[in-house]
Amino acid sequence: MNDTSLPDAAPHDTRPLVLSLSGITKRFGPLTANDHIDLDIRAGEIVALLGENGAGKTTLMSILFGHYVADEGTVHIADADGQLAPLPGGSAEAALKAGIGMVHQHFALAENLTGFENILLGTLPLWSLAPRRGAARSKIERLMAESGLAADLDVPVAQLSVGEQQRIEILKALYRDVRVLILDEPTAVLTPQEADGLAATVRALAGKGLAVIFISHKLHEVLALCERVVVLRGGAKVADRPTAGSNRASLAELMVGRAIPPRERPPSTPGAPILSLRAVDVGAPTQRDRLEGASLEVRMGEIVGIAGVSGNGQGALAALVAGLAGAHAGEVTINGAPVTRADPAARIAARVGRIPEDRHRDGTIGALSVAENYVLETIAAPENQGAGILKRAAIRVRAAQAIAAYDVRCPGPDAAIRALSGGNMQKVVLARVLEREPLLVLAHQPTRGLDIGATTDVHRRLLAARARGAGVLLISEDLDELFALSDRIAVVHAGHLSPAMESEGLDVRTVGLMMAGHAADEAA
Amino acid sequence: MWDAFDILLQANFWAATIRIATPLIFGVLGALLCERAGVLNLGIEGIFVAGAMSGWLAVYLGLPLWGGVLMAALVGALFGLIHGVLTVPLGLSQHVTGIGVTLLATSVAYFGYRVAFPNVGTPPRIEPFPPLDVPVLGDLPFIGTILSQQSAFTVLAFICVGLVAFVLARTPLGLAIRAVGDNPEAVEAQGLSVVGLRIGAVMAGSALMALGGAFLTLSAFNAFYFGMINGRGWVCIALTVFASWRPGKALIGALLFGALDAYQLRLQTITGGAVPSQIFLMLPYIFSIAALVLVARRADYPRALMKPYFKGQR
Repeated sequence: MNDTSLPDAAPHDTRPLVLSLSGITKRFGPLTANDHIDLDIRAGEIVALLGENGAGKTTLMSILFGHYVADEGTVHIADADGQLAPLPGGSAEAALKAGIGMVHQHFALAENLTGFENILLGTLPLWSLAPRRGAARSKIERLMAESGLAADLDVPVAQLSVGEQQRIEILKALYRDVRVLILDEPTAVLTPQEADGLAATVRALAGKGLAVIFISHKLHEVLALCERVVVLRGGAKVADRPTAGSNRASLAELMVGRAIPPRERPPSTPGAPILSLRAVDVGAPTQRDRLEGASLEVRMGEIVGIAGVSGNGQGALAALVAGLAGAHAGEVTINGAPVTRADPAARIAARVGRIPEDRHRDGTIGALSVAENYVLETIAAPENQGAGILKRAAIRVRAAQAIAAYDVRCPGPDAAIRALSGGNMQKVVLARVLEREPLLVLAHQPTRGLDIGATTDVHRRLLAARARGAGVLLISEDLDELFALSDRIAVVHAGHLSPAMESEGLDVRTVGLMMAGHAADEAA
Repeated sequence: MWDAFDILLQANFWAATIRIATPLIFGVLGALLCERAGVLNLGIEGIFVAGAMSGWLAVYLGLPLWGGVLMAALVGALFGLIHGVLTVPLGLSQHVTGIGVTLLATSVAYFGYRVAFPNVGTPPRIEPFPPLDVPVLGDLPFIGTILSQQSAFTVLAFICVGLVAFVLARTPLGLAIRAVGDNPEAVEAQGLSVVGLRIGAVMAGSALMALGGAFLTLSAFNAFYFGMINGRGWVCIALTVFASWRPGKALIGALLFGALDAYQLRLQTITGGAVPSQIFLMLPYIFSIAALVLVARRADYPRALMKPYFKGQR
């Protein structure tokens, strides 16, 4: 088969086709994850793949990369001579050999190996004696020079920053001479500056003829970087158009299938401080995720955002507020009362609501029902138990009310919570936290992994809590979210928390530089 | 007091240290190979028994000594295959499966022994590995005494340390084994077989464990007894943590344990029964626990240890 027999999306485009998917269909039981998807990609093209969670992006890429086998349809990829040849399904090895490289959102790196060893892994015959390190080394160094991807190759990957780990991942693909590079949410873990660096690299690589599939939910990045955008919804392709002429609102509407009302943050008048930290130390100095001399104030009726790359002290801050960790220096007061030691029950009693970072691990107990999870934090309260016996009927009634009020899509209050989607699980957590009308809400990455619909809902609820007069501490890696919701923003880096700055008029570049460790005056 | 110190100056003490350490060297190497690939192999105790029994039986039935060694390795690899298939593609609990393999291997070995020798009170003997006869070095006073109490089987243990260290550190295969114990997704994404690597590593590791057992029947003693393994396998599991999954440190750990055991045996004789012998027997284990308390808290476990991997699930 040659490329003239295949559908040609852009007849005026003379660049050779490198990848052609036609009629890809994949079903999981009753669910059609991919529904007859056609996609052509040319050399040097940067194509965005957009879609909500469950739209079928991951399934499609997994088929491409050999994790799944398509039920119907074919994948053709150009061989070394540019002739399209069918790609056998279900084999990562075949995909790699054919020139498809994928950088997963969760890096596929062995952290005990060095970057160099990770790149070499799988490229040499297993039973050969000594790897030809010299030749490999010079090839990697040439690739680094060409692409601008700099990383220390000789220390264990665990010691590298997230940005460096990602560069190792991309080098891994380039080392295998890929012709198609799939980047899955590559900027989710990067500072804005690192994301800019990545964008420059991607452009340089595309300039050399590499085809790039860019999966992201950050629409401004898609608009800035990609020349074409493909939108999936409900497993089907709903748009395949040049980026020029699109904007964020039109793309979001294509993804969700309906218009998204813009977020509004009405002005508020903050009241008395509800949370106050003065020169607080949390965690041992050897830990990366710690706080050192942190000072912060959250007042009633305001949202204070904490920006920073994960693991710089956000975990320590969240643990402190939730009562999972104590401060070993400094003063912490919640609603005017000093708190010293770790005591989660006391925080709950003091009306601190906690939306944890990982809803699966810390937010819910998978084996318990929706109703049981709903009352988990107030299980000892008189409305939930009498004489040590659960009031099951009353709990079910109130859980059913919360399910209705928060639009949780589930079979009922007795369903095991682990069967719920991430968005619906988060709604249960929100209901548990917000129905108690907390004075202080700790929202730690409240929209991580949620799609636009669910994210909008979480944002609306947090703004409603603020309007009601609660103080909200919002820890997030998503700068769009922080700027949209926060009245003030502080940046945490390597355990140091900057003073909170008014978000009105604050430059996102400044925050980005501070996330990378520059001081505020230096950044501004 | 001086007598207690004098033990350290005896060549016999050092010879015993190496002799006691040899089966442990094999065992720790085997355990660390399995664990580096991400599989805890608690079948080790039973695989020791099976290796001891099968190696000895093969020699008794007429195979040369090295044939017995090979037979033990094959039997070990076979039990490794059972453990690997159950824990890797099927993803069963590695603890439960390992204990099961230990019970199975021990029982099969005892059963085989009873079937082969239904009416024998004392086990028949074989001609074990002869002492080393090393030119020049063997004639030296102190070192010569130590060497003259070792066999070629001990030399094999030391060779295996270097071999495992070389394979893990320097070859593409070792790279893949280290990677699969840390992040199987990384291995899968690079087009290698997680299942193949893990089962292979468990089989190779189990073969080494079986050699540890065979050393006891083919070199240290000359017959197979019930209960002769006596917890040596479990000690190796602890020593693996002590060794931080490194072959060089595994050698040091095994020698240290051997030295403690050899020392307490000699200490018993000089105290002349004033202290119950059980106290001395406990010493190496007390030291092991103390060492583990110090080391294990900072232990850098292979990240994917005991985590089953299923393709296509993230």
